[in-house]
Amino acid sequence: MRILEGQGVNKYFGGLAAVSNVDFHVDQGEIVGLIGPNGAGKTTLFNLISAALPISSGEIRFKGQKLNGLKPHQICQVGVGRTFQETKIFGNMPVFQNALVGAFFGTPTRISGADAAREATQALDFVGLSAMSETPVIDLTLVNQKRVEVARALATKPELLLLDELMAGLNSTEISEAMELVTKIRNTGITIFMVEHVMKAIMGICERIMVLHHGEKIAEGTPQEIAANKTVIEVYLGEEINAGS
Amino acid sequence: MDITRFISTHRKLLLVGVPILIILIFLATFPLYGGVYYTRLLTTILMYVILSVSWAMFSGSTGYMSLAPAAFFGVGIYTMGFLQSTLPFPVIIPIGGLFSFILALLVGMVTLRLRGIYFAIFTFGLVVFMSEVVAALESDLFGRVGQHINPLPDETIFYAMLVTAVATLLAIYFIRRSRLGLSMLSIGGNEEAAEHMGVNTTRVKVLTFAISAAFMGLVGVIMAPVKVYIDPRIAFSLSYSFMPILMSVFGGMGQFYGPVVGAVVFAYLEKTLRAQFPQYFMLGFGIILILVILFLPNGIAGLVPKLQNRLGGVLAKLRKGGEAEQHANT
Amino acid sequence: MSELPRLIVSGILSGSIYGLLAMGLTLQYGVARVLNIAHGEFVMVGAVLTYTLYTSFGINPLVAAAIIGPLLFGLGFLLQITLFRGLKAWAPSQAAFEGNALLAAFGLLYIISYIALLEFGAFPRRYDWLNYVVEFAGMSLRFNRIVAFAVAVVIGVAVYLFLTRSRLGRAIRATAEDPPTAGLMGVNINMVLALCFGLGALLAGVAGSLISMLIPVSTTLGFRNTVIALIVVVLGGLGSVPGSFIAGIIIGIVSSLVTSFWQPVYVVPVYFGILMVLLLARPAGILGKK
Repeated sequence: MRILEGQGVNKYFGGLAAVSNVDFHVDQGEIVGLIGPNGAGKTTLFNLISAALPISSGEIRFKGQKLNGLKPHQICQVGVGRTFQETKIFGNMPVFQNALVGAFFGTPTRISGADAAREATQALDFVGLSAMSETPVIDLTLVNQKRVEVARALATKPELLLLDELMAGLNSTEISEAMELVTKIRNTGITIFMVEHVMKAIMGICERIMVLHHGEKIAEGTPQEIAANKTVIEVYLGEEINAGS
Repeated sequence: MDITRFISTHRKLLLVGVPILIILIFLATFPLYGGVYYTRLLTTILMYVILSVSWAMFSGSTGYMSLAPAAFFGVGIYTMGFLQSTLPFPVIIPIGGLFSFILALLVGMVTLRLRGIYFAIFTFGLVVFMSEVVAALESDLFGRVGQHINPLPDETIFYAMLVTAVATLLAIYFIRRSRLGLSMLSIGGNEEAAEHMGVNTTRVKVLTFAISAAFMGLVGVIMAPVKVYIDPRIAFSLSYSFMPILMSVFGGMGQFYGPVVGAVVFAYLEKTLRAQFPQYFMLGFGIILILVILFLPNGIAGLVPKLQNRLGGVLAKLRKGGEAEQHANT
Repeated sequence: MSELPRLIVSGILSGSIYGLLAMGLTLQYGVARVLNIAHGEFVMVGAVLTYTLYTSFGINPLVAAAIIGPLLFGLGFLLQITLFRGLKAWAPSQAAFEGNALLAAFGLLYIISYIALLEFGAFPRRYDWLNYVVEFAGMSLRFNRIVAFAVAVVIGVAVYLFLTRSRLGRAIRATAEDPPTAGLMGVNINMVLALCFGLGALLAGVAGSLISMLIPVSTTLGFRNTVIALIVVVLGGLGSVPGSFIAGIIIGIVSSLVTSFWQPVYVVPVYFGILMVLLLARPAGILGKK
């Protein structure tokens, strides 16, 4: 079943098209990767799905329901969770409260304090942070802050989880652990749609990959197909040459 | 139940509860022996406690700086002015709160959908707006600006203020610990993330803003008979926005007790300095506000953890020293 | 209805000063990200100093403005590099900085207005300079108003040209758009911020000088002017300098019409009505970015 679908998605900033006529879909239970050079429009696409930005034209559907016009908090309650590229943790609270916010407000029906606390504890256990429940999040290392973000999103009981550059800034061990965590999340039944630059992760756990460049989708397929795709190689090599010169 | 066991299991509650009870009894009986001057001073202090804690409840947790307390306070004052001959005092008080609540709801619905800067601009102008609208209405409807308020006994005003203060502090204390309080804090932490975790940020902001305004309206009604004569300039005086902000920032917006500390300190200072240095003291307050924002952004309450750390370090050293001596002596 | 042309012209004359007033404020917010609610106090200082220079030393208001402008520029410049830069350095986030800067400006409002109160006293005073009526295109107008208008327009255009044509002006606009990139391209951000804050204060002071020619000067005129400036800034679009000037003219015309067809006391309520409609329909203002 297609849990997430987008048709003719466009986003203009002034005259500039950040996302240009993109069609995409994610099937339930998949781990789909979204890659592309910097500025390709990946985070913008996520922002359109989660309604952080208004869509210029096109349609996005979650489980058949149109997301256009919904506000971010409604999209969360419908079942789409997300993390952010620059970790947007609640810096004025300890770890537990961060997850608690997700637990309390992420579901469409009101839940009791005891239930919310339970959900938050479970989410923290799942990502391996139960020992640090009382620690203020600002005191945590980057990788643990990212764990908090994931736990917080999980506490909202999503069916689809958008991960925006989860691996950015992590070292090799941490990346492997993160890859395990993502697979573990999918195995509980949550579909994953992830933006990533870290090739090891993308190739390692994604079943399908979409490539964006200048806001357009230029390729889509399995990791092997993408790795062999001439256009993709040019686009990335081109990036490297420019970066090197 | 055994007394000693009761004390040990409820230590924390008693540590805070007993002093508060003593303070309450002291305050409740104060007019009997306090004298007029100090009763009035205490009334003013309680007024500022309510204004500061209400301001901090919204602006301190969400980070949206409201400059409007004077507007809501003034609504309370004029509510008393319009209704003083028609309804009994205790009934007018909640009505003043209600009018302020409604005004804040309107302001919030228009501005809290937008960036914080528009909210700040609107709330700043709201004070002038209310002052001019009321002046216009008064001169149109009654042909004159300003009116006389029938005075009430000092004790009545004091007890009204005391009851309102206790009610306000209790309400805000429980709100802070509730889901609503958590959602407010999440907005202050990172508004975009809060929205994506399911928090209806606009609704939370508008509701909290309106609640804080209601408390300010209550206070306005109670203070009207103290002023005896009111006009738009007196009722909507910008200092009723400035002082709660100064008090909350000084005391520390993060903690519940911060604004209370600030209110006590500056209410006392204002009353005593106003007599001796009528113009200079406001100048001093402005300087203090800037100094506190620069050097003590978390206020006095922000110093407490640091002091606790230092104190804890000292105590630990003393304890270790004592242990070392013991070991040496055996 | 034959009154209408005269009312509109009158509105344009006052509006030009509102425009000048707002340009300073929008520069300070657009670039330095400080919502300077003490802006009106700088206007008041300009007005009070002009009054003093004219009545005590016989210096005419335009010359006084030429003195006061640079003086207030220096004050604004100093405030930015000490107070606001300090706040920016120690703030945990941009939102926290803007909140703190706002409160600090509130403190500044009290400091400046009370210093003025202590030096100058509270009651309003006025002076007359070029205060006679002239005939222009069949309308009777006061000459001092025409002069004030001319000065406001000249300065407004000068500032606009400076921002759009000069290198420094381009650096300022780059900083307003995207500070980190501007910094990478070699712009001295701290200097630009201080310059803009100083420029804003200068414009406030000059506006104050012009205002002092037309209405009684008092140490309490700051607050009201800040509120008007804020409304004009939002109408023109936060951060848009040409927008502020145009919006100022519009507000001037509105003020003139409301005063004539209704009552002076309804002017500010009408401004607020406009502000409310604006915030509901198009918060970005006339020339603001969405």
